[in-house]
Amino acid sequence: MALSKTAHIVTAYGEELDQLNDELARMGGLVETQLTAAINAIVRRDAGVAGEVRQREKQVNAMHVDIEKRVLRLFALRQPLATDLRMTISALKISTDLERVGDLAKNIAYRAKDLSAYPALGLMDRVERLGAIVIQQLHEVLDALSSLDVEPAIRVWRADDEVDERYNALVREMLISMGEDSSLVEPGVHILFVAKNLERIGDHATNIAEALHFMVTAAPLEADTPPAS
Amino acid sequence: MVNPMPDNQSHPDMSAGAGQAELPIKVQARDVCVSYSGKQALNHVSIDVPDRSVTAFIGPSGCGKSTFLRCLNRMNDTIEGAKVVGSLKIDGLEVNDKSVDPVVLRANVGMVFQKPNPFPKSIYDNVAYGPRIHGLALSKDELDAIVEDSLKKAGLWDEVADRLNHPGTGLSGGQQQRLVIARAIAVNPEVILMDEPCSALDPIATAKIEELIDELRENYCIIIVTHSMQQAARVSQQTAFFHMGNLVEYGTTEEIFTNPRDPRTQDYITGRFG
Repeated sequence: MALSKTAHIVTAYGEELDQLNDELARMGGLVETQLTAAINAIVRRDAGVAGEVRQREKQVNAMHVDIEKRVLRLFALRQPLATDLRMTISALKISTDLERVGDLAKNIAYRAKDLSAYPALGLMDRVERLGAIVIQQLHEVLDALSSLDVEPAIRVWRADDEVDERYNALVREMLISMGEDSSLVEPGVHILFVAKNLERIGDHATNIAEALHFMVTAAPLEADTPPAS
Repeated sequence: MVNPMPDNQSHPDMSAGAGQAELPIKVQARDVCVSYSGKQALNHVSIDVPDRSVTAFIGPSGCGKSTFLRCLNRMNDTIEGAKVVGSLKIDGLEVNDKSVDPVVLRANVGMVFQKPNPFPKSIYDNVAYGPRIHGLALSKDELDAIVEDSLKKAGLWDEVADRLNHPGTGLSGGQQQRLVIARAIAVNPEVILMDEPCSALDPIATAKIEELIDELRENYCIIIVTHSMQQAARVSQQTAFFHMGNLVEYGTTEEIFTNPRDPRTQDYITGRFG
């Protein structure tokens, strides 16, 4: 979807912007799949997913490089302005966030492999819940990106506090559990890393929300930004 | 020409907004309308142009930007059938008042055109011409000093100091354009109008003129009409977008090129406009 309803006079320029948008949407879709697979691997104690996730991560990285090239080319050859300028610069920022999410999802998948060697932990339902919220956050912000709708983006941005609270609570409880039972220290460390990765992915979702908000409105998304009407 | 906008929408913000508040207003237009033989070329243009800065006028051909520029030094007076109404003030003085001598006004409001137009005289005489006819120099030494100072301000002195008696028309296009700017500066103008001053120049000559514009804005109110969006973005602090005789949008250059409010401005600067 384009920010302007009118087509470019230079068709090729319009097509390049559309292709950048399409590539970003594809990258978002792939990263979302990646994250879902990684969290499922943790929940299902599936050690086999790591390889698959690593393959996809290479694809995500290649897409990031491709988007960087497209953005560089647009700046050099088209000198985008106004909505096109905001779209191009935001695409670059969003693809950087998506690349990081892909990386963090890969880390989570690796932890799934490590965790499968230990007995199931009692706190896994908390991890699952945190994961579900983070997937939802990413899903909503990517949907908002494809529809260029700032309202859900603002919701995602505000909902990050809940992610942080759940993460902090999980860390506190995990530390208590590890203190009480030293056999939980090793799997507990893996869980803490998974939780930290999820919390970071939540932050990247809010970064994407901010970039989207700027892209559409030209204004930064700040604490006093009113909900979109 | 049909005015596509209802009257109540034809007055965008007259001031360019944040960041320019500290600069005094040099040029003030209110409801300026221009027609040529009954054909409307400019509709109710109201704008405040600050001093000591560069204001770019952009818009498609025939949008009225050059027409408005020509109002500022009454060049429309020379066009038969041209009618200018509304209030247009420079430093609070009405430009179209009967008491204003257009010759004096044009010394105060210098003009640089698209194509360099040096007189078929020496480099020295091109610059000395204005000060001579306006009686600005009492002696040859004073005139020499004005010529040197003007050529220095126009960034041309080092290139022509040893051949001031050579014809101005023998210089390169970019040098000729700087000579014309020196000629305008020589009569102590307060406002300098530039109508696509770089469109006939190569990128290096263009860069030199743009650097010069940046230096000149410390002392003058500069208004530049340009078809190059990049040039407007590079040289100006305020940008005004004209369309079909209307001033559609006026704001800081940064705002206009990153977040224009009017969809017509948006479409024009992003290249979505016929």
